[in-house]
Amino acid sequence: MLKTVTRWRDRLIFSAQLAFTLLVAAFLIVPAVLSMMAGVTVNYFRGIRSGVTLEWIAQVWDLYADTIVRSFLIALSALVVTLVIGVPAAYALYVRRGSLARLVEEIITLPLAIPGLAIALALLLTYGGFSDFRRSWLFILAGHVVFTLPFMVRSVIAVFAATDVRTLDEGAASLGASPWRRFRDVIVPNARPGILAGALMVVTLSLGEFNLTWMLHTPLTKTLPVGLADSYASMRLEVASAYTLVFFVMIIPLLVAMQVFAGWGTRR
Amino acid sequence: MRLNTFLTLCLLPLALTVVAFFLLPMARLVAVGATGPSGIAAYAAILIEPRYRGTLVNTILLSAATTAATLAIATVAGIFLQRHRFPGRAVLVALLTFPLAFPGVVVGFMIILLAGRQGLIGEITLALFGDKQVWAYSMQGLFLGYLYFSIPRVILTIMAAVEKLDTSLEEAARALGAGPWAVMRDVVLPALVPAFIASGAIAFATAMGAFGTAFTLATDIDVLPMLIYTEFTLSANVATAAALSVGLGLVAWAILALARSIAGNTIAAAG
Repeated sequence: MLKTVTRWRDRLIFSAQLAFTLLVAAFLIVPAVLSMMAGVTVNYFRGIRSGVTLEWIAQVWDLYADTIVRSFLIALSALVVTLVIGVPAAYALYVRRGSLARLVEEIITLPLAIPGLAIALALLLTYGGFSDFRRSWLFILAGHVVFTLPFMVRSVIAVFAATDVRTLDEGAASLGASPWRRFRDVIVPNARPGILAGALMVVTLSLGEFNLTWMLHTPLTKTLPVGLADSYASMRLEVASAYTLVFFVMIIPLLVAMQVFAGWGTRR
Repeated sequence: MRLNTFLTLCLLPLALTVVAFFLLPMARLVAVGATGPSGIAAYAAILIEPRYRGTLVNTILLSAATTAATLAIATVAGIFLQRHRFPGRAVLVALLTFPLAFPGVVVGFMIILLAGRQGLIGEITLALFGDKQVWAYSMQGLFLGYLYFSIPRVILTIMAAVEKLDTSLEEAARALGAGPWAVMRDVVLPALVPAFIASGAIAFATAMGAFGTAFTLATDIDVLPMLIYTEFTLSANVATAAALSVGLGLVAWAILALARSIAGNTIAAAG
């Protein structure tokens, strides 16, 4: 008797929790689905009955193709810069685990705690006068590098720590390999999982960055999220939705790659 | 080449980039904050001037409410998802973490579709009660937006923390006759406190500084990032905007630093 009561009670608790979790998932997913549908619907207010069309996507391409191309350009450039300056720095910070290294790590992580608006304002106040730099997409790139760099550095350091790269490095050193050869042949190959995870983060964050970019952009250097904000304010709902759909299509493969990759990491 | 020289060369590009594009600009921001008519006192104005103080209080209350609600929701869902295996669980977890990479502007648009003038909630309440509910373009909308933004992050942290819990403690409590609520209250929740502090601090700091969501919903929502934005662009009040940003940055950083000193590592990413 008591056993049946307990079982019923457990089943009730399970069902209530499941219902709650489904409700939370609906809160997150329903608007995203609505937006994807609106992007291919002839008239959102009359619903999907009004027909399915690619007209809005075509309009987005006409109006905003440059923002999409520029966002990719900036994201890939941010990736290159964070790789070139981040990976060697991660190695140096890992090998030299002193208080100075900790301070440097602390400083490069600060942009995660300080709101993007403040960093953008700081960049504007410092470099706003250099009008050629201010007007080019490189100005936005500078902001994105500051913001994404900590993800690359920390993710590479985490892999160094997990695979005990120091021992490998010392082994190679005892065989007489020069620091550069050790870096190229031992350190970088061993850091590959961290580099990949960091790279996915950098590209995803750069593609979606708005807080900094809104302040740093000019009418000629709009990125995708800036264009999105623009379309939300001034375009019909279907066009804004189609644009959002384009963004989802760009970002979802990156998210899936990150999840698959995180899965590998935990299984090993 | 000696190792030390090599390591210095490794660190140099990063050091130059960070000094040029982060440290120098931040120093300039702090300096500009003190160039207004009131000088250094501009920083005190954040707390003394009623308009700024009101906005600061609003922002803190909104962030605290978001954090509390997110923690409550994510704890129920996170414990459930980590403790039960059922068909479709992996899909559910994927759905709950899917919005992780949405920028604030997209989150704002999601809230408009949900609770805006032509939103789903409006349609449903119109059909059910003959009264169209529109929440999107106000503090309620921003609250929903920050919930949307923080829930995926916090659920992930809580799930990871639940996975690491020692289940033998719960078994012992049950063997001693504790019911499910007692086990939850006295064993599971206390063990999750570090995760609550870490993920709560991130949710709080993100809500304090997030700009995209408020920007998409309405430009007259009275929160600190919008105030900074309007002071800078519309009023061209650069010194005040700089002082307010420094204040906002300090608060966000202090919250995260405090949480980290209590609960270990935290890492935030504001969209």
